[in-house]
Amino acid sequence: MERFVFLLSNGLARGAVLALFALSLVIVWRAARVVNFAQAAMAVVAVYAAFALTAASGSYWIGLLGGLLTGALLGAAVERGLMRRLPNRTPLPGMICAIGLVMVLQAGLAIAFGPQHRPMRPPFSESPIVIGGVPVLSPYNLFVLATAAAVMGALALLFAKTSLGLRLRAAAFAPETSRLLGVRVPRMATIGWTLSLATASLAALLLVPVELGLNPHSVDLLFVNAFAVAVVGGLDSPIGALTAGLGIGVLVSLVTGYVSAAAAPLAVLALLTAVLLLRPGGLFAAKEARTA
Amino acid sequence: MRLTLRAAAITLAAIAATFGLDPFRNYQLATAAGVFAAVAGLTVLIGLTGQLSLGHAVLMAAGGYGYAAAATATADVAPLPVALLAGLIGAALTAGILGLLLGLAAARLHGPYLAGLTLALVIALPSAANVLPLGGEQGRSAPLLPVPEALSSLIAIEQWHAWLAIVISAAAVTPLVALRSGRHGLRMRAVLDDETAARLSGVNPGPVKTGAFVAGAIPAGLGGAALAVATQQVAPGGYGIAFSLLLVVAAVLGGLGSIGGAAIGSVLVVALPWLIDTAAEAVPADLGRRLDGNLAVLLFGAVVIAVTLARPEGIAGLLTGLRRPKTAPSEPAPTPPGEAPPSNDSKPSTNTER
Repeated sequence: MERFVFLLSNGLARGAVLALFALSLVIVWRAARVVNFAQAAMAVVAVYAAFALTAASGSYWIGLLGGLLTGALLGAAVERGLMRRLPNRTPLPGMICAIGLVMVLQAGLAIAFGPQHRPMRPPFSESPIVIGGVPVLSPYNLFVLATAAAVMGALALLFAKTSLGLRLRAAAFAPETSRLLGVRVPRMATIGWTLSLATASLAALLLVPVELGLNPHSVDLLFVNAFAVAVVGGLDSPIGALTAGLGIGVLVSLVTGYVSAAAAPLAVLALLTAVLLLRPGGLFAAKEARTA
Repeated sequence: MRLTLRAAAITLAAIAATFGLDPFRNYQLATAAGVFAAVAGLTVLIGLTGQLSLGHAVLMAAGGYGYAAAATATADVAPLPVALLAGLIGAALTAGILGLLLGLAAARLHGPYLAGLTLALVIALPSAANVLPLGGEQGRSAPLLPVPEALSSLIAIEQWHAWLAIVISAAAVTPLVALRSGRHGLRMRAVLDDETAARLSGVNPGPVKTGAFVAGAIPAGLGGAALAVATQQVAPGGYGIAFSLLLVVAAVLGGLGSIGGAAIGSVLVVALPWLIDTAAEAVPADLGRRLDGNLAVLLFGAVVIAVTLARPEGIAGLLTGLRRPKTAPSEPAPTPPGEAPPSNDSKPSTNTER
């Protein structure tokens, strides 16, 4: 029972990070109708920036802020410099370009910083608080949960209640009509990418301190799991991303704890396959346009 | 018939070329031949049906495991040529079945969903090797095929393996070329161009997509078998995400949909990393260790972006452009320019068949 509670609470914290990263995929999908396969590589660039800033200034918070800014700027730069110039009749060129970008960024980081794992220190303790003899959550996990909840709440408010959110949604949903109504559609795509990459960088920054350490590939697995989350939840649905993120986080934590760490990717793959075969658009997706 | 003759001529030319290479180059040639079979399958899959598979390395691995299991099992009771044949059948079967499963999923998915599913498959491969009876990290060993008596004074073992790999990939790719220029290729293009229009003309997109996946998976499996022949083993470490992305790079560099481009692309992705790593040994040790393996990936990534931005038809399109400078202005056609159009007699059939 103790073990179960510990795995469950740990899984919730992991799930919050997953949900955050999946939400970043949902944002960029909603803003530009692409799945950014370079999301992990771009986020890890931001983590390296945070690592360097923390090492230079000695403050975790300066590093965090710098990492978020780097991620946001990188998102805007990639959208302006690369994605905008691609033909968008089919999703294929965007995906292939993103793969090229992954190779450039990860190889570049490995050349610049070396392939070794660099330890990153979390700002709060990682030893769990014990309530009634049962180890529950560590302060760092609490920090992760609180940050994720705050950011998701802020994004939900932005999309649902502000004029900018309305314009973002309109530009993604009906670009032609929005342009006629005076929405600057290309700018909305850039803002979507910026928001998305800042969110992804935050998720990566929250994850890396509890992993093996910082390495050009240390966010890869998060991307694959978050992709599974986004698909299970439906690429269109922020609520889906949140629910599926927490669910898959708990699933991975339980499988790792009770079976083995090696079985976790297989469990995610099995779940992904099952959902894609039963509901190809995801569990929370709206109905697609008719095809014939 | 012409196709068979052409394939035989190219195969003989490649075999003749092995005499000019030292044993290590012959080993690399065998690798390139195996990669070529996989890239040919992948390029037809992406170029003709638009289904991006990031997991073709897993299909190669499946072929390798199938080859190792079947060849090891038959090597005890039958002569080696029979074991080789059994291994190849095993490779084609395992890769084909896995491809069929993926293809069934692919028929219902589109674009990013399929790419993500295949990506998850690659990431799960090391876990699968540990959980399933596949020999874990060490993988499975395949029987060593020695040089036949009659040739043993003439060629070295590496050269013999290069011959085998070349013949295997020729046998894997030739049917693919026929498929591509026949009525099935036409159906695939129709589905890629406009699924609704294809459906209205009596082409059912689901089976076409699934069939394309199987047709792309079997050559990949045979390519994995060719690699297993050359290295006598198959392990999950060789078929990771980096290798899988390299297969996509080879297909993109050569030009999506072009088999000749696939050949050029696979030679590039096998030879260029080795060339760069050899050159990196010349620079100081610390920098050299950082550049090792990474510089090639960096270059490939940059070239993939450049090709996608500037010349989506890849090297194959560049070559045809040189050969025939005065063709029609390049419109966004689904077929890469310079490829033979499907023969006329296959066209009416798409209207009458379901």
